[in-house]
Amino acid sequence: MTDDVPVGLWRRLVQTARLCCGIPDYDNYVRHLREKHPERPIPDYATFFRQRQDARYGGGGFRCC
Amino acid sequence: MKGGIARTGWAALALLGAVCLGVLALRRGEPVNALWIVVAAVSIYLVAYRYYSLFISREVMGLDATRATPAVIYNDGLDYVPTNKHVLFGHHFAAIAGAGPLVGPVLAAQMGYLPGTLWLITGVVLAGAVQDFMVLVISSRRNGRSLGDLVREEMGRVPGTIALFGAYLIMIILLAVLAMIVVKALTDSPWGMFTVMATIPIAVLMGVYMRFLRPGKIGEVSLIGVALLLAAIWYGGRVSVDPVLGPAFTFTGTQITWMLVGYGFVAAVLPVWLLLAPRDYLSTFLKIGTVVALAIGILIVMPNLRMPALTQFTDGTGPVWKGALFPFLFITIACGAVSGFHSLIASGTTPKLLANEMHARYIGYGGMLMESFVAIMAIVAASVIDPGVYFAMNSPPAIVGSDAATVAQTVSSWGFVVTPDVLTATAADIGEHSILSRAGGAPTLAVGIAQILHSVLPGANTMAFWYHFAILFEALFILTAVDAGTRAGRFMLQDLLGTFVPALRRTESWRANVLATGTCVAMWGYFLYQGVTDPLGGINMLWPLFGIANQMLAAIALMLCTVVLFKMKRDRYAWVTIVPTAWLLISTTTAGWMKIFHETPAIGFLAQAHKYQAAIQAGELIAPATHMGQMQQVMVNNFINAGLTAVFLAVVLSVLVYSVKAIGAARRAGARTDRETAYIALSPQEAHL
Repeated sequence: MTDDVPVGLWRRLVQTARLCCGIPDYDNYVRHLREKHPERPIPDYATFFRQRQDARYGGGGFRCC
Repeated sequence: MKGGIARTGWAALALLGAVCLGVLALRRGEPVNALWIVVAAVSIYLVAYRYYSLFISREVMGLDATRATPAVIYNDGLDYVPTNKHVLFGHHFAAIAGAGPLVGPVLAAQMGYLPGTLWLITGVVLAGAVQDFMVLVISSRRNGRSLGDLVREEMGRVPGTIALFGAYLIMIILLAVLAMIVVKALTDSPWGMFTVMATIPIAVLMGVYMRFLRPGKIGEVSLIGVALLLAAIWYGGRVSVDPVLGPAFTFTGTQITWMLVGYGFVAAVLPVWLLLAPRDYLSTFLKIGTVVALAIGILIVMPNLRMPALTQFTDGTGPVWKGALFPFLFITIACGAVSGFHSLIASGTTPKLLANEMHARYIGYGGMLMESFVAIMAIVAASVIDPGVYFAMNSPPAIVGSDAATVAQTVSSWGFVVTPDVLTATAADIGEHSILSRAGGAPTLAVGIAQILHSVLPGANTMAFWYHFAILFEALFILTAVDAGTRAGRFMLQDLLGTFVPALRRTESWRANVLATGTCVAMWGYFLYQGVTDPLGGINMLWPLFGIANQMLAAIALMLCTVVLFKMKRDRYAWVTIVPTAWLLISTTTAGWMKIFHETPAIGFLAQAHKYQAAIQAGELIAPATHMGQMQQVMVNNFINAGLTAVFLAVVLSVLVYSVKAIGAARRAGARTDRETAYIALSPQEAHL
């Protein structure tokens, strides 16, 4: 989230809501892949979403009382 | 000059908090407005945040804004991501807030609103928020490791395994107690049962939509889900009065118990995207939405507290749960004041998302203050309803009787005057046949929420709708916790058992999966079943077990923090964690000891077991048991609970012994011995987040 452009409140809210469900920021992930791992294929949002969904509950995510 | 003005402002805020507390504590005989509690809590939280958490940040832990966090070092865009601190705050709060801070304060209200309020405020400032904050920092400085790993690393293998084992037991008790809250809320309630059952097809529909039709559109699908849920609540009202559907959706507690056990097993082995994930989204958003709505509602309505500041039940004779203020208040209100479970979250995903160490104060300490505020609202919601209704709802039939006339008479004889008409009218208002003996917190809270929302939002006869909305919102996240918890428990169990039988560790093995899931479900199912069939109401049995276990885990987390402080050679600040640790150890071990050995059967498990044993030998039945088999069962349950409590005590005391040894070794060592990862500086462009 190295924000080159100022990030709007709405975007932050969407980010928060998604993170609460275990889905990290997709744009940030794409930027990360482009910068650090240009050789890797970039998954589309649907694939990214599915992988994250499985990862969130795969290790037995804790839930609070 | 500017500093002087700011300091005067903070002093004024502290004074305001003190005055509000004074009003709460001293005003007798005239109604007290709920705002006094809210203002007292908020101003003390702000002052504590401004000064005490800053002290911990600067002096005790010596946080360093230039130190790179795991999120920066291992940034992979997925698990390790430097995250905006407000976004992370939201994530962390959503992860720690659950049913606990809502239920405990409601149960504690039987002693009046004052003891619970005072413990919530002091507990969070000196213990709960300190624990969350420090565990977050300690984990962040160790690559975001989990609590079990941290204990193993800083104190040794054996205490690490003991802590993991303790965490597993807490999980089991937590799932049982949460499931029991649902059972108590849905027994003989066709409306509630219908809406909760409707969440299953709604979630599946959402899951399919999100998987195949519009992948990953969480916001869109959640809106559809909420709309369908509201429709289900509305239609549930029709169902409850329907001559055919009404009885079809009416179940006894035991029936619902078996349904939940079966459901828990199936849900935990289904693919996550089908049921668990979509319902998780719904429950997360509804939870946040309801908490916000309740806060706004309280501010607008400004209700008067009808529960007295203190009731006669501080002596331990209360009908909801037995036991005197010390130590039982401090295990009844766990989450909201201090919750061991948070140490698992603070050493879970959150430290891997921390962009800068300095944010840990806001997220760890601040997030816990927020959770405490939710608990404060729960105590307000429980205290604004008629105390007569409160006791009628929360007392078991063995104590108050099971028809409106007897219950009203018994409760009135305690000084909480209520007529049978009020009880039946309240039931009618909320669209239920009866409100009697619905202990467990959720229904009471739902009545409070319904009263508050009903007076804010337009529409006639909406009490019943809001009551079932509140029940649904709690059932929704409890069910999510039940299947997520069963899954987590399954992995923990496979990990623990894998130490002895390596084949069981293979999480992809279908047989190992079914075996571990089945064991997990059977364990919480057993405690749920005994709670539901318990003559004294179940909450009396299970909630103290949960409270002791949860506070014990908090004590373990704080002992870890203490050991780390000594290893860092920060001995002179160790009181920051020693004070809350000592308090938790004193209250949990006393409570545990009393639960095992107290001579009053309603408090002591052994006394209760012996009472039933003696009756069985004499061939007598103790109501409401109807045959000897039930008597036998109660006896066995109480022996098992005594044994479990003894295991809890053994876990916490052995970790104490290991901590003292580790502290001794740290003090003898000439230099720092903690296992912090090496310092890596943030680059200038990484430092601005």
